[in-house]
Amino acid sequence: MKRLLKRRESTLVIIILVLLAAVSLRARGFLELSNLNDILTDTAILVIVSIGQMMVIVTGGADLSVASGIALTGMSVAMLNWQVPGIPLAVLVVLALVIGFILGSLNGLLVSATKIPPIITTLATLGIFRGAVFLESSGQWVSAHKMTEAFRDFPHAAPLGISNLLVAAIIVAIASAVFIRFTRTGRNIYGAGGNRTAARYVGIPLARIDFLVYAISGVLVGLAGLLWVSRYASAQNDTATGFELQTIAACVIGGVSMLGGSGTIAGVVLGALFLGIVNNALPVIGLSPFFQMAIQGFVILAAIIANSVVDRRTQAALMRTRKL
Amino acid sequence: VEASTGRRPGAGIRALAGRWESILVLIFVAVIVFNSLASPYFLNPANLLDTTFSFVEKALIALPMTLGIIMGDIDISVAGIIALASLVMGLLSGAGAGTGILVAAGLGTGLAAGLLNGLLATRFGIPMIAVTIGGISLFRGIAYAVLGDQAFTKYPQPFAFFGQGYLPGTHIPFELLVFAVCAVIFGLLLHRTTFGRRVYAIGNNPVAARLSGVPVQRMRLIVSCLTGLMSGLAGILLTSRIGSTRPNIASGWELEVITTIVLGGVAITGGRGHIVGVILGIFLLGFLKFGMGLINVPGNVQNIFAGVLLILAILIPGYVARAQERARLRRTRGSG
Repeated sequence: MKRLLKRRESTLVIIILVLLAAVSLRARGFLELSNLNDILTDTAILVIVSIGQMMVIVTGGADLSVASGIALTGMSVAMLNWQVPGIPLAVLVVLALVIGFILGSLNGLLVSATKIPPIITTLATLGIFRGAVFLESSGQWVSAHKMTEAFRDFPHAAPLGISNLLVAAIIVAIASAVFIRFTRTGRNIYGAGGNRTAARYVGIPLARIDFLVYAISGVLVGLAGLLWVSRYASAQNDTATGFELQTIAACVIGGVSMLGGSGTIAGVVLGALFLGIVNNALPVIGLSPFFQMAIQGFVILAAIIANSVVDRRTQAALMRTRKL
Repeated sequence: VEASTGRRPGAGIRALAGRWESILVLIFVAVIVFNSLASPYFLNPANLLDTTFSFVEKALIALPMTLGIIMGDIDISVAGIIALASLVMGLLSGAGAGTGILVAAGLGTGLAAGLLNGLLATRFGIPMIAVTIGGISLFRGIAYAVLGDQAFTKYPQPFAFFGQGYLPGTHIPFELLVFAVCAVIFGLLLHRTTFGRRVYAIGNNPVAARLSGVPVQRMRLIVSCLTGLMSGLAGILLTSRIGSTRPNIASGWELEVITTIVLGGVAITGGRGHIVGVILGIFLLGFLKFGMGLINVPGNVQNIFAGVLLILAILIPGYVARAQERARLRRTRGSG
């Protein structure tokens, strides 16, 4: 019980419950099922992209190109849907995943084959992808009336009882939790992030793992790109600008250490939910949505500090058990 | 090694040609030639001086960030600091503050933001790049929270001089003079003082530096404060030049500033770099972007270019160094 309480996930659950209770005191309707469903739907894309971001951060990197990648994939499939409305949705979904994979592979190749720090690599590709969106669209928007109905309805359609957005997020969360927990490659991701010299000595294929996490992040970015433009029924040159910071925020709030080596999928999902609830609560408690970024920055810093304090305590505890 | 193999004819030229700064000068000349072909007005001295308006503010931030990157600390919150500094100046200006107070407030805000980054990084042992990811959101976020979709546009008349004025009787922009003075100060600081030697020491091996008595954490804090201060200064000049404060002011600048520094030959992994190279990089990228503007390349597409350049500027010197090392090994093996 004590150990359970000490975990970041439990703390987050409590914080989220308190937050929900506090907001619902101000606004009665906040806890209604339909509103909670809205919050979950709003957070689905953040969950999907943050999970890829988490795997990257666990290896000691960070993927700053995710938002530009979303814009580029989103613009690509939206333009295709506009120009060739006959292409079935399933093909567009596969295409989005492929485009995302290519973008992610570019990051992965650069990170694994060179000594450029990942944040710098992905800062460069952030600029490249964003510029590519502009080249592709010549600065135009793909607005709702240019998209097919099936395309626009896809995120909210609910053939399984809940919206496709939620289904996608749940599948991604479960699949990646199983992958990172129970497969050798998944465990190697953690190994690659702690102590890289040690990781090399125990035979973890660092270059392959590095490539893999950026490729996975890319695939999830591709999926998110399609969901984003179809959900908001608009593909623009500045789609998702700044979203990379939200995904990093979800990770650090969820207890993922920026130093690499630790973090859980459950934590990241809760971190994303926390941000989703805060964003949804702002208008309810009478704050402008423009407060979102500042709150996010404050929470990132607070979470980074909390994580570093926890890291140090764990280190100290480990040292004690060694009886040096 | 050189002594054992003997000095070959042309070794001096080869050493010079192998230097990154020499390559930069060559590219620089090529850019100037290209630009003057693209526009007959480019080489006019007054025009040439005016193009510097478009990059000296970024250049000011590149100076302290060069120290930071050589030391191993990358601050990506600088554009956010500009937004915050500009916000504070806008608020004060709206309340009727004079030019002197605005300048002090811009510098003070920058310094405070840098101090916050530095304290978080040094007290909690968090990498600077991670701290400043939070910093970006916080600093720019405050500007968004206060301004929303509004803008401050009311600034006192004398304030416009900093970003728009020229030295009396010349075509030299005041901004360029500020940059020249700062560049000399940072050049001396990095290359002629103990402080500068310590920056390299930390960048090459922070543990060894600490064990030899370099106050590593204090140095990191000082450089972080300098970065904040210079971002504040850039914020003053930019706000004065465009005469307004919007929350998205200077967004994306971090990419360009870091590209400039790396292009100038500073190792992104720390330990190596020279202010002269960075200054060359600043003018090179500045004129290059100006040239792209001349042939109507849109700003978004210029970002592709900045990104590709950033990657190439890191990769190429590494390959050149490795090739030279291999050649050197072959030579020693051949003669020994």
